[in-house]
Amino acid sequence: MSRYAYYPGCSLKGNARPYEESILPVFRDVGLPLEEMDDWNCCGATAYFSVDDTMAAAISGRNLALAERADRDIMAPCAGCYLTLRKSNEFLAGRDPKAAKILFDLKKAGCEYRGTVAVKHPLEVLRNDVGYGKIKSLVRRPLAGLRVASYYGCQLVRPFTDFDDPDHPMALDDLLAAAGATPVDYAAKTRCCGGSLTGTIEDVGLRLNYILLKEAKRKGADCLATICPLCQFNLEFAQGKIVKIYGDDVRLPVLYFSQLLGLAMGIDKKELGFARSIIPLKSFWAKLGNGGAR
Amino acid sequence: MKISRKVAFEEDLDPGFLDEIEQASGSREIESCIQCGTCSGSCPMSVYMDVQPRKIMAMVKNGFRDEALRSFTIWLCPSCYTCQVRCPSRIKITDVMYALKRKAIREKVYPARFAIPVLDREMTRLIAAHGRSSELWLLLRLYLKSRRPWAMLKMAPLGLKLMKTGRMSFRRESIKNKAQLRSLVKAVKEGAR
Repeated sequence: MSRYAYYPGCSLKGNARPYEESILPVFRDVGLPLEEMDDWNCCGATAYFSVDDTMAAAISGRNLALAERADRDIMAPCAGCYLTLRKSNEFLAGRDPKAAKILFDLKKAGCEYRGTVAVKHPLEVLRNDVGYGKIKSLVRRPLAGLRVASYYGCQLVRPFTDFDDPDHPMALDDLLAAAGATPVDYAAKTRCCGGSLTGTIEDVGLRLNYILLKEAKRKGADCLATICPLCQFNLEFAQGKIVKIYGDDVRLPVLYFSQLLGLAMGIDKKELGFARSIIPLKSFWAKLGNGGAR
Repeated sequence: MKISRKVAFEEDLDPGFLDEIEQASGSREIESCIQCGTCSGSCPMSVYMDVQPRKIMAMVKNGFRDEALRSFTIWLCPSCYTCQVRCPSRIKITDVMYALKRKAIREKVYPARFAIPVLDREMTRLIAAHGRSSELWLLLRLYLKSRRPWAMLKMAPLGLKLMKTGRMSFRRESIKNKAQLRSLVKAVKEGAR
């Protein structure tokens, strides 16, 4: 049994369903079958820290307590959840007097937290626990010839920099190389997609995503690989408008890294959520050969 | 639009502001800012800001309370933490921006119906009430409260695509143990502030 409780967050149950659909079979096949945490609540993302940081740490504390009671660490595939839970976890372990008060409140509400849980992103687990050597041995159908731009975005690599380099991370590039793909030198790999800005100040959000797509195109990528639902959503759904506004055809498939890895591991593509893409994947399948018969 | 006087005299400054923000942000290094501008140069949003992050740090350090709290800058910060990991003085700049946002919300000095604080508040309300956020309901509340029905209509084709691919639903998500969440929220509110 896996020592991780799977924390989907709101996105993996909503627009990021292809992420959930692909991450589950991938972890099943690497021998760490994931079980969803029971009755998890939303992490609050950047919003809660902007309104009430004490409450933000408290509601994350409830999730940490749930994992602790099940004797599991947390695996959060959404970079926003990963950071929020981890940031709250470190805050609760710190010396701030507010932390002691929150721990007391948690106990009072029946979710005592002793601080034993670690928060991980699946990419971290694949690299550190499973190991890319083992991943390589599990690859059945290498993604030969596929040029991928690895996009990390912000919150997986910052502000916590112990997992990978905050400016030039390689964990995803190396994973995709182990899956047989060719990572391109994607210079925008940790540049921000703007997060919720596409919904609030759209013209600014679109420009940020245009920069990301253009750089991937310039480096000759066949697709972008993402590790975060909000990045994936922005990059995929903004493409139509971006092409119209900037008059530049930067359309590219934007896929979750777990979808690509799953393909390489020989998991049936029907199991990996590809049908939920709104961007035609014809060129992508053509590139992989077999006319998409994988 | 409110018109307010710019700082002209020493008396206009708030000498306690630095302390306040240090406390609220947990970043105790603001005083050591060397005004190098690495934050402004690293920020993907600085080209859109009325006051760049370097200047915000100077404002916080020197008590320019109104100027900092009323800037668009704090709302444009998307929390990408680039400035924070690059700051040679190790100032937790993103956390300082968060602290300024919270103060601006508490003191109600943000631009009315401005979409970014509206989104933040609506999301926290959904979560405090149901334990979960539901993407569609959050968007509806965002567009209604920021009074942009036209923007919502423009989103319709996108919503349709999301529905067609099963990536959005009308369901309102909720946790089972709402009573526990309620008592937690109540306990945290009690004795706060």
